[in-house]
Amino acid sequence: MSVQTHIPATAMASRPAAGIHGTKMVARDVKVFYGAKQALKGINLEIQENRVMALIGPSGCGKSTFLRCLNRMNDTIENCRVEGLIALDGEDVYGKNIDAVQLRARVGMVFQKPNPFPKSIYDNIAYGPRIHGIASHRDEMDEIVQTSLQRAGLWNEVKDRLREPGTGLSGGQQQRLCIARAIAVSPEVILMDEPCSALDPIATAHIEELIDELRENYTIVIVTHNMQQAARVSQKTAFFHLGDMVECDDTEEIFTNPRDERTQGYITGRYG
Amino acid sequence: MQLTVLLIILALLTVIGYQMGRSRAVASVGGRIVELHSVPSYHGFYVALWAGLPALLLFAFWGASEGWLVMQMVLSGLPDRLVNGDAQSLGLLRADILNLAHGVTTGREPDPEVVAAAERYLRLHALGDWSLLVIGCCIAIGGLLYARGRIDPDLRARNRVERTVNIALVICSLVAILTTIGIVLSLLFEAIRFFAVVNPLEFLFGTHWSPQMAMRADQVGSSGSFGAIPLFAGTLLITGIAMAVAVPVGLMAAIFMSEYASPGLRTWLKPILEVLAGIPTVVYGFFAALTMAPFVRDVGNSLGLSVSSESALAAGFVMGVMIIPFVSSLSDDVINAVPQSLRDGSYGLGATKSETIRLVVLPAALPGIVAAIMLAVSRAIGETMIVTMAAGLTANLTANPLDAVTTVTTQIATLLVGDQEFDSPKTLSAFGLGLVLFVVTLTLNMVALRVVQKYREKYD
Ligand SMILES: Nc1ncnc2c1ncn2[C@@H]1O[C@H](COP(=O)(O)OP(=O)(O)OP(=O)(O)O)[C@@H](O)[C@H]1O
Ligand SMILES: [Mg+2]
Repeated sequence: MSVQTHIPATAMASRPAAGIHGTKMVARDVKVFYGAKQALKGINLEIQENRVMALIGPSGCGKSTFLRCLNRMNDTIENCRVEGLIALDGEDVYGKNIDAVQLRARVGMVFQKPNPFPKSIYDNIAYGPRIHGIASHRDEMDEIVQTSLQRAGLWNEVKDRLREPGTGLSGGQQQRLCIARAIAVSPEVILMDEPCSALDPIATAHIEELIDELRENYTIVIVTHNMQQAARVSQKTAFFHLGDMVECDDTEEIFTNPRDERTQGYITGRYG
Repeated sequence: MQLTVLLIILALLTVIGYQMGRSRAVASVGGRIVELHSVPSYHGFYVALWAGLPALLLFAFWGASEGWLVMQMVLSGLPDRLVNGDAQSLGLLRADILNLAHGVTTGREPDPEVVAAAERYLRLHALGDWSLLVIGCCIAIGGLLYARGRIDPDLRARNRVERTVNIALVICSLVAILTTIGIVLSLLFEAIRFFAVVNPLEFLFGTHWSPQMAMRADQVGSSGSFGAIPLFAGTLLITGIAMAVAVPVGLMAAIFMSEYASPGLRTWLKPILEVLAGIPTVVYGFFAALTMAPFVRDVGNSLGLSVSSESALAAGFVMGVMIIPFVSSLSDDVINAVPQSLRDGSYGLGATKSETIRLVVLPAALPGIVAAIMLAVSRAIGETMIVTMAAGLTANLTANPLDAVTTVTTQIATLLVGDQEFDSPKTLSAFGLGLVLFVVTLTLNMVALRVVQKYREKYD
């Protein structure tokens, strides 16, 4: 894994965005290679604080790859190389001052398939706070577990069975458990890669509601194949195509008045 | 000779039967194969089976009972003077007849009656073989013709052939199971004979092991005592030392291979480690006896400890080295079976690699690792050669790893090596030990398998 920053430092300065929302993360000319194969061809994107950004695009266009760049999950993949600049609060995430472990505590991730640890519900939530030494004693940890589960809208369903294994929950509950687990380390940004693709419509509605509430405290980037979902939960939408970011604008703009014909083709279902 | 001919004829007949069945099936529908219930080759197999199988069954039955039948006929023709002895003299008589018939010369001048009986035996034998040849051929041809006559577009040849094959498969698996049961039963019966002589409680809880017994009444010698505790303790000690070497090293190696090594290194490392498992244990024995044991003794002596030249430590250490690939290879497999998504989940929360391994991967793989360790333990308990060569035969009851000890398997080996009477308690005690060993390793393996199964259910 090597990083080349050939972007002048001035480009890193976060530009003030529309409205009250400051810029949380910036991507400048991000290129990703898997071995010799280029998966991203220079992405430029700004992610605004306390808003939900949806990434849409046909399968294989590089949405997950881009998402994984934002918290350096690509580091764990052999022969994956990232070029360009990604900044969190104006600080290069591949720079010397941040290491991947710290970064991931600030930029949490929820995966496509719910992946609770084979531990109790309580220990699943407490995992992050424990490794980061967030809670100094039991009461504090109990508090964190409770508030995380409450925020993820799971508390009422599991409060009597915190000691039971997290793998025993239903798929939708597991996914909310994973969201609660991510919230428990108080990240600033939460990345979600198709968080609802394994869930039924009711569980999906639950999670969408949750995402809308979480926006108050967190910045959220969500990958989705579901246009309605993107329209419902996000304020900004970026359309990816074949490793390029074709268009990024307010969600309403994208869905009512796309500028690029590829975007139009995709959202009207001509391909994807 | 006749039997070989019969087998060759049977082989030919099955091949011919296959061809006949096939072509007749095709002919029966005038070449429109879709009208057949089963494809032509199944009709071929159907006829071939009818040609070969009944004759083969007869052959097997004949092979099993011919000797006994012929002998029975020969004995019934002998005068009462020879036949009316007890079981032992009858056995001798049979042996004499067989020896004469096969041209083995015994020292004694044979009784003319016995010589005649031997000739009769040979004659009957030849007659039997010839009739088998004729009858076998008739049955085979009859079967072939019968099956050929039944060929018809509607014949459910596939179902019948498949059912026959199924039965054959069941029989094969039964053979394996029955063999195991047979081994266990023979072990059990011999052990019961042993426990008729030696009190089981004394055997299981006695602390003195010295199986030497006086062979004759006037011989000066120990009366033999069969307290197996020193053997169990020795086994436990050596197994413990072996596991203390194999578990940490094997587990660390597995963690390194599955989590840290690059795929290129891994493809090299794993086979090399597994080569260790392929080395014959005798070779480990050399190493233990000629290199490890003197080394341990020298080091011990230079530290001012008294170390016997055959020490439990040397044998246990080398056994541990032998078991490393077991632990590492099995653990590596279970660690690899932990889904990547769990690791990603942990990394995504900001865990380091070591935290992820310690807190997520190892706990998830724990049942499998435990099973691997248990299999390794049962392997260590069963290991004989290294201990025989490096730890000695002295049945010491000690917990000191620098002393010589002996194990259950080593004792079994020495008890049964060489000329032995098979009904003295000394020899029979080997079966008592074997039974204990069998029960212990069986329990370990069953528990390990259960654990592995439970673990599989979770991720598949
Ligand atoms: N680990 C990897 N090794 C090699 N190539 C990869 C790897 N992961 C992704 N790719 C390639 O990178 C490209 C982008 O993949 P990515 O997973 O980012 O697509 P995506 O937009 O998330 O697709 P989907 O909507 O199907 O999830 C694809 O062509 C894919 O084949
Ligand atoms: Mg994806």
